[in-house]
Amino acid sequence: MSRRRLLAIARKELIQVRRDPRSLLIALLMPVLLMGLLGYGARLDARHLPVWTFDRDGSQESQALLHRVRASPYFDLVGTVDRYDALAAAIDDNRCKLGLVLPPDFSRRLRSGEAVTVQALVDATDDNTANLAIGYAETVVDGFSADVRLDWVRRQGLPDLAAAPPLSIEARTWYNEDLDSRNFIIPGVVALAMALVGALLSSLTVAREWERGTMEQLASTPVTAPEIMLGKLLPYFLIGMADAALCIVIGVGWFQVPFRGTVGTLLVATALFLIVTLTVAFTISVAIRSQLGASQIAIIVTLLPFNMLSGFAFPIDQMPAPIRAVTYLVWGRYYLTVLKAVLLKGSALADVAAPMLAMAAYAVVVGVLATRVFRKSLD
Amino acid sequence: MGTRILHMLVKEFLQLRRDRYVRIRLLVPPLVQLVMFGYAATFEVHRVQTVLLDRDASLESRELIARLAASGRFEVTAIARDEAELVRLVDRGRATLGVQIHPGFAAGLRTGRTAQAQVVLDSTNSNTALIALRYVSQIGRAFAQDYARERLARTAPARLRAVPSVVLAERPWYNPGFDSRWFFVPGVIGSLMFVLTVNLTAFAVVREREMGTLEQVMVTPIGSTEFILGKTVPSFLIGLAMAGVITLVGTLWFRVPFRGNVLVLFLGTSLFLTSTLGLGLLISTLCRTQQQAFASSFFVVTPAFILSGFTFPIASMPRPLQWLTLLDPLRYFLVVLRSTFLKGVGLDVLWPQMLAMAVIGGVLTTVSVLRFRNSLE
Repeated sequence: MSRRRLLAIARKELIQVRRDPRSLLIALLMPVLLMGLLGYGARLDARHLPVWTFDRDGSQESQALLHRVRASPYFDLVGTVDRYDALAAAIDDNRCKLGLVLPPDFSRRLRSGEAVTVQALVDATDDNTANLAIGYAETVVDGFSADVRLDWVRRQGLPDLAAAPPLSIEARTWYNEDLDSRNFIIPGVVALAMALVGALLSSLTVAREWERGTMEQLASTPVTAPEIMLGKLLPYFLIGMADAALCIVIGVGWFQVPFRGTVGTLLVATALFLIVTLTVAFTISVAIRSQLGASQIAIIVTLLPFNMLSGFAFPIDQMPAPIRAVTYLVWGRYYLTVLKAVLLKGSALADVAAPMLAMAAYAVVVGVLATRVFRKSLD
Repeated sequence: MGTRILHMLVKEFLQLRRDRYVRIRLLVPPLVQLVMFGYAATFEVHRVQTVLLDRDASLESRELIARLAASGRFEVTAIARDEAELVRLVDRGRATLGVQIHPGFAAGLRTGRTAQAQVVLDSTNSNTALIALRYVSQIGRAFAQDYARERLARTAPARLRAVPSVVLAERPWYNPGFDSRWFFVPGVIGSLMFVLTVNLTAFAVVREREMGTLEQVMVTPIGSTEFILGKTVPSFLIGLAMAGVITLVGTLWFRVPFRGNVLVLFLGTSLFLTSTLGLGLLISTLCRTQQQAFASSFFVVTPAFILSGFTFPIASMPRPLQWLTLLDPLRYFLVVLRSTFLKGVGLDVLWPQMLAMAVIGGVLTTVSVLRFRNSLE
């Protein structure tokens, strides 16, 4: 392999990229667009959930509980009803996510030292938001219940200790202390943007030559197949790395995602991920020979598995076993593991050795495969 | 006019059948996505990998651990010997949850002081962490209540046996099992139809322009209305067929309930398709090559998908983005889909969504037809 020939191909490819400003624009705009949209739009945490109440007691005590609900940042008390079916109607047409029904004997039972049940009607169409809503509501009700108990014990002339709960669980959340879904989503968006741009650009390179009939010309020169491949991918590798840097700067600088690890680990992981993505798209480009078909298939092949099976939004360990087995084939999975570990956990290279090696192995396999397919197509 | 449209339609379907990539695009992603969203897309938490460190090793601590394990939410994958090991396992990502019970746990319980248990959660995935945390506190609360009741029954004076408390009883409507599949499978109909029909329509027109056959078609007696209908009706039919197939697979295979009226869903689907076909036609008037059409539709479809509420709830978005979602036809269609499938509500509830889709569809179609006519002259 000659370095001079390789660089000559790379220079030629770079000129071609420059002549196609539309593709270059996509390479720069796409990451910014995705980061902006998903950074702001992709939030899983529920805030300001519309809550309706049906206070059948109307006492000081019941109002005190509702006051706490109102004070919670997770809930907006938007409506009160005096009929059960009005509450049901509000849930039916999406005006209400959580409906609280306080029983008519709420205050009487509390005063006589009994347990009271508050009904929480939740629109579980969106199961995740419903799950979170119930969790928040439980926290509010628990706090209220503890205070009612303390109040009761004091009025009975007993020490505060009598009201103390037998068990308290102290929870610490590590790496993403505020449980902010942004810190969980943004690393995925960085990878998504890179995969998209890399796949799109590199899927066009060989197909373009085939379409224009210049591939035969290229093949008749002394350049070898690996030289063409590396030379063609080099410019896109650089563009991809620039995109990654741009995305990470936006994520860390603008969206305030923590960066606790080292740049070196991130650099190695990003390079490996990009190499795999580019090589896969390159192979598709070789096989399909039309720019349109190649770019479409490359996007489907990289994006679809990444969105669903990399752990980007849906946790892999909750998937059924056969699907979990498939996720090992999705290279984005390894990159996301490293990316999240570097950004949020501050992991060192040794901690993420396994996913790194997996990506390296992946790169070797697809590299060999791509060279074979490419060489064959030239003959 | 009727026979001319018919000829256009036959030609369009022939063309679709010949195009290998269209066929792949038509069949593979929908199938894969349906399977993925049916099986892989879940926010629900069933097996949180848990590491335990029980430094008390008492009857009480074991009881608490047994309750955690019996809940079915946590899968004990490791028993740590010391705190350093627990920390290491969580650090390495081998466990998401670490439960530590300090010495003196049982003694605290027995003497009436508050016993402490410590929980460490890897919250890299904030959503899983939040839900897992909810289950942990639920189990802890049940443990505490049962223990308190027992203790009071044994020791307390009669007047203390009754202590007031407030508990929340959850009544999850429409999806009592919190099954993410019920949320995603109806949504998939909307998202797949959106991508597919916008692309198909845009490509159908741009292909003719790129190949230079548009002029040929225009010198035939076919008018522009017939041409547009010929280009959009196939997409419309394919979209409808797709909705039908996914509805069948979703209800029969994935067991997602369908509680509403099929006619309401049909009306919603038709209105939605008016918007997507209009959008596809609009893109086709702006592009000269198929490559451009592909890029443009990607730039339109991706934001529309993100803003539709398909995965990420609109209510959690910042206000300006929420306003932007009002322009997104998929947003309304998703409400129609999920409401007809899960809630079983009818037009009396869904008319605002239908109206919004009709308006968006009307505007898009009018603009694109006008533009298209101009581009021909």
